[in-house]
Amino acid sequence: MYNFVVGTILRRPEAGAALSLILVVLFFVLFGGVDIANMLGAASWVNFAANLGIVAIPVGLLMIAGELDISIGAMIPAGSMTISILSGHYELPILVGMAGALGLGVIVGLINGLLTVRTSVPSLIITLATLVAMQGIVLSASVLLTGKASVPLAAPEWTKAIFGQLIGGSYQIIILWWLAFVVVAWAVVHHSRFGNWLFAMGGDKESARNPGIPTTKMAIWLFILSAVSASFVGMCGAILFNSAQVSGGMNYIFNAIVSVVVGGVLLTGGFGSIIGIFFGTLTFAVVNQGIYFTDIDRNWSSLIIGVMLLLAVLMNNSFRNLAMTYSPRKPAVKAAVTNPSKA
Amino acid sequence: MTEPVLELRDVNKSFGPIDVLHDINLTVKAGEVLCLLGDNGAGKSTLIKTLAGVHKPTSGQMFMDGKAVTFDKPKDAADRGIATVHQFGGTFPLMTIGRSFFVGVEPTRKIGPFKVFDRKTANETAVKAVQEFGITRIDDGDRLIGGLSGGERQSLAIARAVHFGARVLILDEPTAALGVKQASHVLRIVLEAKKRGIAVIFITHQVTHAMAVGDHFAVLIRGAVAANFMRGEKSREEITDLMAGGEALADLDTAMEGYMETHEGHPPQPASRATVA
Repeated sequence: MYNFVVGTILRRPEAGAALSLILVVLFFVLFGGVDIANMLGAASWVNFAANLGIVAIPVGLLMIAGELDISIGAMIPAGSMTISILSGHYELPILVGMAGALGLGVIVGLINGLLTVRTSVPSLIITLATLVAMQGIVLSASVLLTGKASVPLAAPEWTKAIFGQLIGGSYQIIILWWLAFVVVAWAVVHHSRFGNWLFAMGGDKESARNPGIPTTKMAIWLFILSAVSASFVGMCGAILFNSAQVSGGMNYIFNAIVSVVVGGVLLTGGFGSIIGIFFGTLTFAVVNQGIYFTDIDRNWSSLIIGVMLLLAVLMNNSFRNLAMTYSPRKPAVKAAVTNPSKA
Repeated sequence: MTEPVLELRDVNKSFGPIDVLHDINLTVKAGEVLCLLGDNGAGKSTLIKTLAGVHKPTSGQMFMDGKAVTFDKPKDAADRGIATVHQFGGTFPLMTIGRSFFVGVEPTRKIGPFKVFDRKTANETAVKAVQEFGITRIDDGDRLIGGLSGGERQSLAIARAVHFGARVLILDEPTAALGVKQASHVLRIVLEAKKRGIAVIFITHQVTHAMAVGDHFAVLIRGAVAANFMRGEKSREEITDLMAGGEALADLDTAMEGYMETHEGHPPQPASRATVA
């Protein structure tokens, strides 16, 4: 029975991510002299995780579907600049600014999606192009329209309460948005037909299309979701901090990909889980922000992230092989006859 | 009963200037195994892709139950009960048996206003379907496809096609990548499908496997049906000869004999040694 439980847990896609989180916290406690209660209660890493997590989920979904979106790096400042220019600089109603920010996400997502399904160019290259292009558009539009690269925004109280509030003085309300997003995404991906289509699509697009799964439509919607999520994060930032800058956001590209990969999503698609992405994001945030609570010099954090990424991917690989060959009834016999195909 | 489930009349297929299929005439009846034999490049894959709705014939017609049909996309063929199982069977190695069995037609149950993927039903149905075909080793629908052996994957894919009401089952080299024992499992499943009244089109270049299950044989050479015969009408050697392009092999034989006669019974030297001498 013991073997059964361990096997069932280890063959889940999130096993590696959960283990990484435990290892990182342990490492900080053992070698960093960190006060664990103090660190886990701090808002800084939770805020960081929430902002990153909202982008990481759609990036992870795209990766499961076999695509990649790095234009999120430009969509975060694009979202915050759009709302600040519309509602701050031109003093239009805040709803117009919000619609503008999210609408821009829809447009860019649509462009990414249409280009990806209509051409055979890899989505990495397409979104790289839109990333760079959007950076240019945001910067020139900002300078052209406002003459500045930083625009103030005074959002009304009710929008602040929903999108830019600090709960208990330090916890950003976006944490709740993130948790809600995780729950919805988990329900859809793991407990609906759509979720099954997503995995099928990432596993083998041709075989998914034959039984009638609308793979092109799904890809376009996923790109829209990811661009809108990114501009949502930017929009919330602008509402919270009362201003927007054209720079920033580029870190999110790698941070999101690291979170997703640590979370057990296969870079080539077809495998992964929302809980895994959730743990991957938490792990990344703990390393990135938790290091301030340790005696370890801040400069080492990138090294830790690099090592952690490598370890997590190696762990995920072996767990995936375990999952392939694992049969809870008679594991010894199965392990001998099966040949774990390379993933 | 005598009316063929699927019939091709004078089907031609060309890609631009290249003719791939010439005047193909074939029929397959319910409960019959048609073995499609041919060397690489003989047009086997183009033919099955045409049957499965991937390609449209350039000219000629296909009939199902005597009625003319045209397939614009693979789904049209699938809706009429034509199912193709490819060499590696399950194409989603990282999905569970239950999930991949129902890709595109997932069972759901209602929880409040939400339609939820019914994992339990999916797993139970998938396991039951494959066990009915005699593969009792598959007993847990949560296992990943990638963990199954090649024969098990093929069996699962065939069981899936039959479960979803396939009337014509196209098996594309199902035994090519398998060992002897695994292949015999798959062949037994082919016979089981035949017993259930399914028309099976079995593509292979292994004559032994074809002779074990086939009722009706067609040999493709350079896109044309070179021979079309029933079980017992031709010997294994004749079939092998046909597949290798008969005449070509015979030509090679006479060339060799002629050479040996004029060279005191020695076979020709390999090119490299001949130049040294």
